[in-house]
Amino acid sequence: MTGALAIETEGLSKSYGSMHAVRNLNLAVKPNRITAFLGLNGAGKSTTIKMLLGIVKPTEGSGRVLGKRIDYPVESVELRRDVAFVTEDKNLYGYMTVEQIIRFTRGFFPGWRQDVAEELLRKYELPARRKVRHLSKGMRTKLALLLAVSRRPTLLILDEPSEGLDPRGIEQLLECLVAQCAEGATVFFSSHQIAEIERISDEVCIINRGSLVLDASLDVLRLNWRQVDLVFASLPDRGDFQLAGVERIRTRGQQMSLFASGNVDAIVERARDFHATAIDVSPVGLREIFLQSVEES
Amino acid sequence: MLFRLTPSGGQPLYLQLMQQIRHAVETGALRDGDQLPGIRTLAEELVVSPGTVVKAYSELEHEGVLTMHHGSGAFVCANRRTKRLGECVQEARERVDELIQQLRGDGLLDDEIRRLFEASLLGAGKTVGKR
Repeated sequence: MTGALAIETEGLSKSYGSMHAVRNLNLAVKPNRITAFLGLNGAGKSTTIKMLLGIVKPTEGSGRVLGKRIDYPVESVELRRDVAFVTEDKNLYGYMTVEQIIRFTRGFFPGWRQDVAEELLRKYELPARRKVRHLSKGMRTKLALLLAVSRRPTLLILDEPSEGLDPRGIEQLLECLVAQCAEGATVFFSSHQIAEIERISDEVCIINRGSLVLDASLDVLRLNWRQVDLVFASLPDRGDFQLAGVERIRTRGQQMSLFASGNVDAIVERARDFHATAIDVSPVGLREIFLQSVEES
Repeated sequence: MLFRLTPSGGQPLYLQLMQQIRHAVETGALRDGDQLPGIRTLAEELVVSPGTVVKAYSELEHEGVLTMHHGSGAFVCANRRTKRLGECVQEARERVDELIQQLRGDGLLDDEIRRLFEASLLGAGKTVGKR
């Protein structure tokens, strides 16, 4: 499995009638990394995840998860042994107690780590005898996480896992994801929480209206993306700054503001050629990159 | 050893970690032969991807600041070069202080000086992280 991609899709699409939920999606998720999956509400994140897990059948295209084809029922069942999924709605058996559901789940997985389950039960302060349906949303999330990681999955997929968690719960979640990755698992999670993504992710995939608009490592984004603010005695043409890497140009009065995905040296040089009276280069965060990516497409 | 990483800044986390380890070696907070936390331990402590720690450690090993012993972790290797680097940093600090005094003398405010430094450093993207 080393070197091979953990998740790979080609032209993956899903339509509901005339509504295109996912369009021609090409994902390439590297193994043993933490990859964040970002998009606005309704961008196609959950549909994509459901296709990866064989819950929803693609209209077109294909995909492999841990080398297994997602649209072949037998392989899809096999891959679910190695993939753990924490969903948005945390669909658990409400009539069971916490300890019953742990015992119940354990029976399905030969590689079950009871020590991990017990450690997390304590750490997350989950009431062992309480019925699942009486747990708060945050507790249900923690329980779902406990059940997922105690299986020792090769791939952990989470759909908006931090929804409904308090700040300490979020911290515990992030620590858990980091620990999973350190144990050799691949983590793929969707989230709206930019600050969390910036902390723990190696890679980011941004999806908009069902299509991938950005797929990059956070290191590369941090190194290359910049905002360049310029002031001129007389403002040059926007056309003079349509250089490679320039994603957006805004002007106001004598000021020009550029949003660039790289090539900053050339932009600064061009600004000097036009005798800019002020050149300010500042880093941009993932939030700005995300908003720019979904606005542009 | 305490490290602090800024995820929202414009610098990769592994580079921030490398700088802080280098700085700790240069200032003597970390000494020759000191052991650094294991990859998993540090990743969990900082709540960053283990890949960040792996990358920082291996780049520092490449620079000769750390040596990695398989199974037992990373050790500081403060050779002559890192010590010389410490002296260089000390000298550079004096020159920077001098320049700042001059700029203040020219009537620039600290905020303006800071922005000038930042712009020059960020503009010179090609040299980021090289040493």
